[in-house]
Formats: sequence, structure tokens, C-alpha cells
Amino acid sequence: MRRPRLMYVPFWMTYVFLYTPIVVLVVMSFNSDDSPYTFGGFSLKWYGELASDANVREGLINTLIVAVGSTVLATALGTLLAVGLARHSRSRLLDAISVMPAVLPDLVLGIGLLVFYATIKATLGLYSVVLAHTVFGMAFVTAVVRTRLANSDTSLEEASRDLGATPFTTFFRITLPQLAPGIVAGALLAFTLSIDEFVIASFTAAPLEPTLPIVIYSMVRFGVTPEINALATLLLAVSFTVVIAAQRMTRLTESLS
Amino acid sequence: MLQITGVSRRFGDITALSEVSLEIRQGEFFALLGPSGCGKTTLLRILAGFEAPDEGTVTLDGEDLLRQAAHRRPVNLMFQSYALFPHMTVAKNVAYGLEREKLAGAEIRRRVGEVLEKVGLDTMAGRKPQQLSGGQRQRVALARAIVKRPRLLLLDEPLSALDKKVRAEMQLELKRLQNEVGITFVVVTHDQEEAMSLADRIAVFSEGRVQQVDAPVELYERPRTPFVAGFVGANNLFEGRACSVGLASDGLGVLPGVSTLPDGTPALLAVRPERLRLDGQGVLRGDVVDVSFYGGVSHVSVRVAGRSTPVLVATQGATQVQAGSPVALSWSAGDGVLIPQ
Repeated sequence: MRRPRLMYVPFWMTYVFLYTPIVVLVVMSFNSDDSPYTFGGFSLKWYGELASDANVREGLINTLIVAVGSTVLATALGTLLAVGLARHSRSRLLDAISVMPAVLPDLVLGIGLLVFYATIKATLGLYSVVLAHTVFGMAFVTAVVRTRLANSDTSLEEASRDLGATPFTTFFRITLPQLAPGIVAGALLAFTLSIDEFVIASFTAAPLEPTLPIVIYSMVRFGVTPEINALATLLLAVSFTVVIAAQRMTRLTESLS
Repeated sequence: MLQITGVSRRFGDITALSEVSLEIRQGEFFALLGPSGCGKTTLLRILAGFEAPDEGTVTLDGEDLLRQAAHRRPVNLMFQSYALFPHMTVAKNVAYGLEREKLAGAEIRRRVGEVLEKVGLDTMAGRKPQQLSGGQRQRVALARAIVKRPRLLLLDEPLSALDKKVRAEMQLELKRLQNEVGITFVVVTHDQEEAMSLADRIAVFSEGRVQQVDAPVELYERPRTPFVAGFVGANNLFEGRACSVGLASDGLGVLPGVSTLPDGTPALLAVRPERLRLDGQGVLRGDVVDVSFYGGVSHVSVRVAGRSTPVLVATQGATQVQAGSPVALSWSAGDGVLIPQ
């Protein structure tokens, strides 16, 4: 059966609306002109400028530290939380609370964390951003791993215990391999979310140790330069790679198990 | 060997097991038979250590089994879903339990090889479970459980996931293996044919209670409760009161049977379809409603005046009678079993 052509109109309009700005941004990053609005020919000079920008480099390093650190923590804690909730608790309330940081407005989370750090008289630094990102990253990891757990067969764990494995061995030899695709997907999600997170980071970062999104924000305040376009294009490339890698890896681990 | 005494288990308002007591002997092939939801699986899970009873004791060789954690019990369970570890090969699956006992690598390899040969899967050792057929998976599950040489092997609906042909094959295989390894088997099933053909003794469960424990032939020929008479095999049941020559039925007169009950006791008379004859003078008269031919046997349904459900008669081979024709039914008094109601 042929679908009516008219159905494609809103479909294409949505896609054009979504992707045109991104295409413009990528094209403009190769602009040889100084203006971010008119294209004057192909050049890589903004990428060169970017590489020599100490602020950007520092921001990038900070962001990577935060992203890797919070991903590792969020993945470990989120996985344990998901297993604990699925296997050792029947509380609906705990369930709801576990995903709360994922749905809470960033602003609320940011202010809350800032007040918390102030109350315990902690000096802000990179670690405070790592912990803040762990809070919401953990919620996403928990949600993804929970879904995986809900579809997994509890009799595998019982079989393991039945064959003489302690709960500890069962967790590492049976439960974890079963959850691997979910854990990988959750970790990559936490990583991509952390890399471009701005609101929470701006509340919890120390003024002298800004993450990349904060650096970009302060650059934009003095006007959009083609350098920003180059940076955004690079970020886009990283996000794309991570998402594609995530899909590949979950498919790979899924076919293995 | 295994002594279950007064075991009860409730889930909220539902009583899954109610004062169950059973004794299972060394080397026995024992079946727990009952419809779904009768508590048989709960009992199995209590033996394996995944559930704890609210009341009662379970001892294995005189030792309290309930005080031991599931992973320390000399009891293994073959799961209904087989529960094979999908990320491990067949050999790794089978070796898993032995590795937990911290045995030497060479010893593990030897025993895994032995048991895989025993179940006929020595060539499949390197495969993953999802590359095997249903029957092969079942053999792996069995091998994985018996390689531990448990005192007691529990099997949860072992044949239910297999198709009919593989099922008959595995049934023989299970019996052969049980003979060979000499482990006590306890099998849970809702399929009475499976229980009868496999087990030395059967405990029939209904609503969390043990109805009768007997060898298959006794269970079939001498059911002791109305539930067993109705659940195990096809049966014709007549209601009435016991009398010296059988049953005084409400609308059908006196029906022949062996009675050991005091006269006047409300009772059921059970007569197996294959014990009924369509010839002779006839205790009952009626009309044939339907004839079904199954090859080896034919089933004839006979409507008898004064009885709501048709009487079922099983005859050898094809039968001459046709639907609509009047017939007379008779049986020997020895084939009528009286069950107190």
C-alpha cells in the first residue's frame, strides 16, 4: 500500500528544523572569514586557533576528568543500586527515588548540591563536579540496568546458588555478565550527558577550574566566533562516535550472551 | 533418607502448603504430582533452599536441611527453564558446580567429560546453550546437576518444554540415568502419565495437601480420595451411599463394587473406562452419544438416564457400536472402587 505523500511533509519539516542549524554550524566551522555569519571559503584556521587556546584546552581536560570520574562512579553505584532494588527490595518508593535525579530539573539539582556543599563547608573543585555528575549519571545507569534486569531470568542466579556458588560469586560470574550490555549502555549515556552538562557544573565547579561547557559559555558572552563553531563540531563528532559505539557494543555484547 | 514433617507455607492469604509430611527413601524415583498451583513447586523450592517454610521440619540423612543455605545443600535442582548460563559453553556450564567445590582442574575436566559422555553430549562440549536443541539443553541441565553427585536431585517439570517424541526418549533416558547414578530423584510434574511412567512412588497434591502417596499401579487402581480418582487417569464417578454389595446410587439403583465402608456412608464409586463392558445383561442402560477412535483404543460415550455426564467406555481397537444405538454397561464388582466422600 502506498502511503499518502502528505504524511511526509511534517516528517521532513521536523528534520529540517532539527538539523539545519547543526549543518550550518558544521559548515561555518570551516569558514575562512572572521564573521560567523558569512561563508568566505574553506579553511581549518579556526581549528588551529582552538588548539592553541589555553582556556579551551584546560576546559577540555577538566571536562574529561569529570566525565571519566563521574562515569566510573555512576556506573558502579548505579549497577549496584539497580541490582539491590530489583533483587532485595519491594519498595515502590525507593524505586521512584532512584530515578529522581534524572527527572529533577538541573537547576534544582544544581542549587541543592551547592547548598549541600556550603553546609558541609566543602571547598568547590573538580571533585565536587564529579560527585554532582555522579548523582544524575547514577540515576540513568540505574534506569537502564533495571530494564535489563527486569528482562533477565532470575532462575540463572538461583541455578548458580544451587550449584554451590556464594552470593558473591553468583554476582560476578552470572549476574554481571548478564547485565553487561545494560551496564555499557548506561555508562556511555552517563559519559555523553556529563561531557556537555552546563547547569549543574556551573553551580558546583570552582571558578578557576571550569569545565568545557562553562568555558564555551563565557566565550559566547563576548560574541559567537567561528572558533566556537569548530569546538561545537568537535563535540558533535565525539557525541556521535560515543552513541554509535554504544549501539555497536550493546549489539555485540547482546549477541555474545 | 529425606523426611518432611508438617511443612506449611503461606503467601499472604494463600496457603501453598498445608502440613505436608512425606518420607522419601534412598535411591527412589519420587514424583510430586498435582495441578498447577497445588503447592508442589513450593515444596521443591523449599527443598532446594529458595523458600523457607512457615512451619515444619525437613531432614536429610537425619540432619536439619532447613538450617543450611541453598549453596551448601547436597541437593541440586534441574530448573524447568533449564537455566543454562548463556555466556558459557556446555563444558563450562557443567564445570561450574565443580569449580565452586574448589576441585583440581584435571579432576574437573575428567568428571565433566564423563558426565557429558553419559548424557551423549561429549561432542557438544564447546557449544553455547543457544546452539543446542531443546532435548540437548535438557541433557546439559541434567549433566550439570548430576555431576555434583548430590544426595538428592530435584527436577522441576523436566519434560514439559520438549515436544512429544523427544519427551518419550528423555523419559527413558531419565530412568536409565537414575538407575546408573543411583541418586534419589524427586520430580515435580502436572502430567500424570509422566509421573506414572517415571516414578517408583507418587505423592498426589491438591490445594497444598498430600492426597495420597502410593506406587503408580496402586494409585491408579485404588484411589483413596475423590480428587485422586478424578485427577489420575480417566474415571467414571458415581455418587451415592455405601452398601454391602457396592454403592446405592441416588438415581441408578445398586452399582457393584468392593466396599469396606460402613453401610450408609456417603461415597463415590469409581470405575475405570477400560473396565467397563458394552455387552452382557448390563448394570446400566443407555444410548451411545459419541464414538472416538484413537488407533489402539476407542472411546465410547454413553448417556445414561438419571446421570448428567455421559459414562466413558474404553474398548480395545475399533468398536462396532455407533452413535445413537442403545447399549448395556456392566463391570465386575472387583473393578468398582468405593471412595468415602
